[in-house]
Amino acid sequence: MSRQLVPQDMRDVVRASVVIGIASGIYAISFGVLSVSAGASVLQTCLFSLLVFTGASQFSAVSVISAGGSVASAVSGGLLLAARNGVYGLALSPSIKGSLAKRMFAAQFVIDETTAMTSAAPDQRSKDWAFWSCAVMLFTCWNIGTLIGALAGSSIDPKSFGLDAAFPVVFVAMVAPHLTTRSGRRAAAIGATVTIALTPFLPIGLPILLSAVGVFVGLLPHEDAPVSATSEASP
Amino acid sequence: MSWWLVIWLSVGAYLLKVVGVVVLGGRTLPVVINRCLALIPAALLAALIMKDTLTSGQDLVIDARVVGVAVATFATMRRLPLTAVLILGVGSTALVRAVAGVI
Repeated sequence: MSRQLVPQDMRDVVRASVVIGIASGIYAISFGVLSVSAGASVLQTCLFSLLVFTGASQFSAVSVISAGGSVASAVSGGLLLAARNGVYGLALSPSIKGSLAKRMFAAQFVIDETTAMTSAAPDQRSKDWAFWSCAVMLFTCWNIGTLIGALAGSSIDPKSFGLDAAFPVVFVAMVAPHLTTRSGRRAAAIGATVTIALTPFLPIGLPILLSAVGVFVGLLPHEDAPVSATSEASP
Repeated sequence: MSWWLVIWLSVGAYLLKVVGVVVLGGRTLPVVINRCLALIPAALLAALIMKDTLTSGQDLVIDARVVGVAVATFATMRRLPLTAVLILGVGSTALVRAVAGVI
């Protein structure tokens, strides 16, 4: 647990959330630009980010529409990508405590970044901090970025600033704490291989979902402790 | 653009998010299940890195993003802070693209 993304204290957690929020805000600008150029209004573009609030699905839906696809194909592609949030919800459900109403509210913020931050936190208190600070920063920056992009329209080319690399770059830093165990490394290797092997043959979104088979490494006899689940048993 | 796209995507995305959280919500699970759930971020983050670095739609591509992610990997291994990893990764992608043209 020596990687810097595993929080030493709450200040580290908040600082990481701010950086992730800014990264996603920059990425959201490119969503706003693409959405408006695909024919959505500024209001529709902002509602995507407020209500859908899962970046990959938003990008995928807008790119299908701009390529001339139907609403049905845009929705199904987007939801295929969003399905992994259901898997994240399963992973986070032991960490998200409280009333049904609170958990239903928290669910809106269960996405890649909040899951990575929360699962890297060592105990329940820092999991709470990680989840909510990441949720607030992401939601704020994602929606402000979307608005800026929607208003800027097609006068910005996100690629020339390297912004399309922002997400994989942040994910690299996020996955590092999960690679400190042998089972984590095996699960990651399986997930990466499955995605690359299946991408040319399956609809967009499905390979990512199928990469979750990597978690069955956890069924094998293991020599090392799980990355974060041990703290769950003793609340 | 059709409002149905906004509506269906919003409702569907929320239902998918809520099902995992609320169905299991706070129950104590067998150790082996917890061990598998703890591996979800490793498997899916690795998959997302591959998708966001090496694919464009259904095509496998190699472009400037590969350099950015390689630089970010090196920066992470050197234990640089997240801000530095982000700036180096995005900056090197932009630099390669500017130097090498449209990739």
